[in-house]
Amino acid sequence: MKKITTPLKEKDIRALKAGEEVLLKGVIYTARDQAHKRLCDLIKKRRQLPFALKNQIIYYCGPTPAPPGKIIGSCGPTTSSRMDKFTIPLLKNGLKGMIGKGKRSAEIISAIKKYKAIYFLAPAGAGAYLSKFVKKKELISWPELGTEAIFRLEVEDFPLIVGIDIKGRSIYDKR
Amino acid sequence: MMKRVFAKEISEAIFQLVLKANFVLRKDVLKTLQSAYFQEKDFRAKRMLKILLENASISRREKIPLCQDTGMVVVFVEKGEEVRIVNGSLNEAINKGIRKAYREGYLRSSVCTPLSRVNTQGNTPAVIYTRIVKGDKLRLKLCVKGFGAENRSQIKMFAPTASEKEIKDFILKVVKEAGPDACPPFVVGVGIGGTFDKAAILAKEATLREIRNPKSKIQNKIQRLENELLREINKLNIGPMGLGGETTCLGVNILTFPTHIAGLPVAVNISCHATRSAKKVL
Repeated sequence: MKKITTPLKEKDIRALKAGEEVLLKGVIYTARDQAHKRLCDLIKKRRQLPFALKNQIIYYCGPTPAPPGKIIGSCGPTTSSRMDKFTIPLLKNGLKGMIGKGKRSAEIISAIKKYKAIYFLAPAGAGAYLSKFVKKKELISWPELGTEAIFRLEVEDFPLIVGIDIKGRSIYDKR
Repeated sequence: MMKRVFAKEISEAIFQLVLKANFVLRKDVLKTLQSAYFQEKDFRAKRMLKILLENASISRREKIPLCQDTGMVVVFVEKGEEVRIVNGSLNEAINKGIRKAYREGYLRSSVCTPLSRVNTQGNTPAVIYTRIVKGDKLRLKLCVKGFGAENRSQIKMFAPTASEKEIKDFILKVVKEAGPDACPPFVVGVGIGGTFDKAAILAKEATLREIRNPKSKIQNKIQRLENELLREINKLNIGPMGLGGETTCLGVNILTFPTHIAGLPVAVNISCHATRSAKKVL
């Protein structure tokens, strides 16, 4: 299976087709609804973001607290379409990849094409399974958001499927 | 003669049930997933089902929740008329058990105030439905409901003259719209009849019912309808993760209640492949 690493390079993304399965190694940042709202507010106010978006991946995930002796708890993807309304400003600011579950709007598909980005699916509802591929977890911002805070995760062999590729082809097209 | 049940016993039972629901996949759900895995012909769907089975075994073995969305707790209580709760109240005892489980089980607290979105810490309050019944037993059953699937649930107030086909088409439409977002393969809970609210409660309660083997003998109209819907849903080619395949639905559970001559409410509660519930009698 193809392996990719972060930060994402355009030539790596270009080689990936919707439907293809890959293993990811490197850094991903968790963010879901409330963190997206705050990131977009900061962009609007031209303030500094808690991490540099350029060539990075955001994972739509709110993990369960890590039990003693574990790095992370259950950590599967949440529904991506809820993040659609916040996605374009992030892509404009350099975000290259997103990981989640489910379909994206037509507007996001064309933005992915325009900003040369990529959208991955992670196995949905397999949060315990996915926790095995997380090697490090670090709080980056907004601890008051609890599970919705931004965490920096280091992953290895994190299993993904290309949902929407750089050409705007979607895995759900045929359905 | 009244039977005394201590509030503490209720809290402890709820505590155990919440942990069980989050870490141990229901026997009927697991069995149905396993047989779906053996029968599935689509290559990718089969692999996804294998991941789900592996997920269940990791969760059980290592006490990592089946899903990061450890849900909102919905509790169905049947309280015998002869049961007296002492040293506390029913609802408080339930919520206390839940808070303990979410804290000590390292579960995610997802419950928040609806408009200001402030987390209530401890995943309470639960949604509690209490029925007073005959006898001296206290029956507790609960589910931990994830919102990926809950968000895709729908209700429709049909005209009383609606045909069975119209109802089936509506249920199929809800499943289609749920698509990949709600973590298929689903358990589809359906409530038919009652009032607007009653149909929704029935649909939720239906997801807690054991999945019936579709090959078992059909004993009534409802079971026939369940089988037909299961077959038709599994022809939609949604499949695990919405990537295609024959396994879109693990079971269709229907509960009914008499309704008014002027209407026919039908509620569909979508539940994900990790339909999580547990029960206990005190």
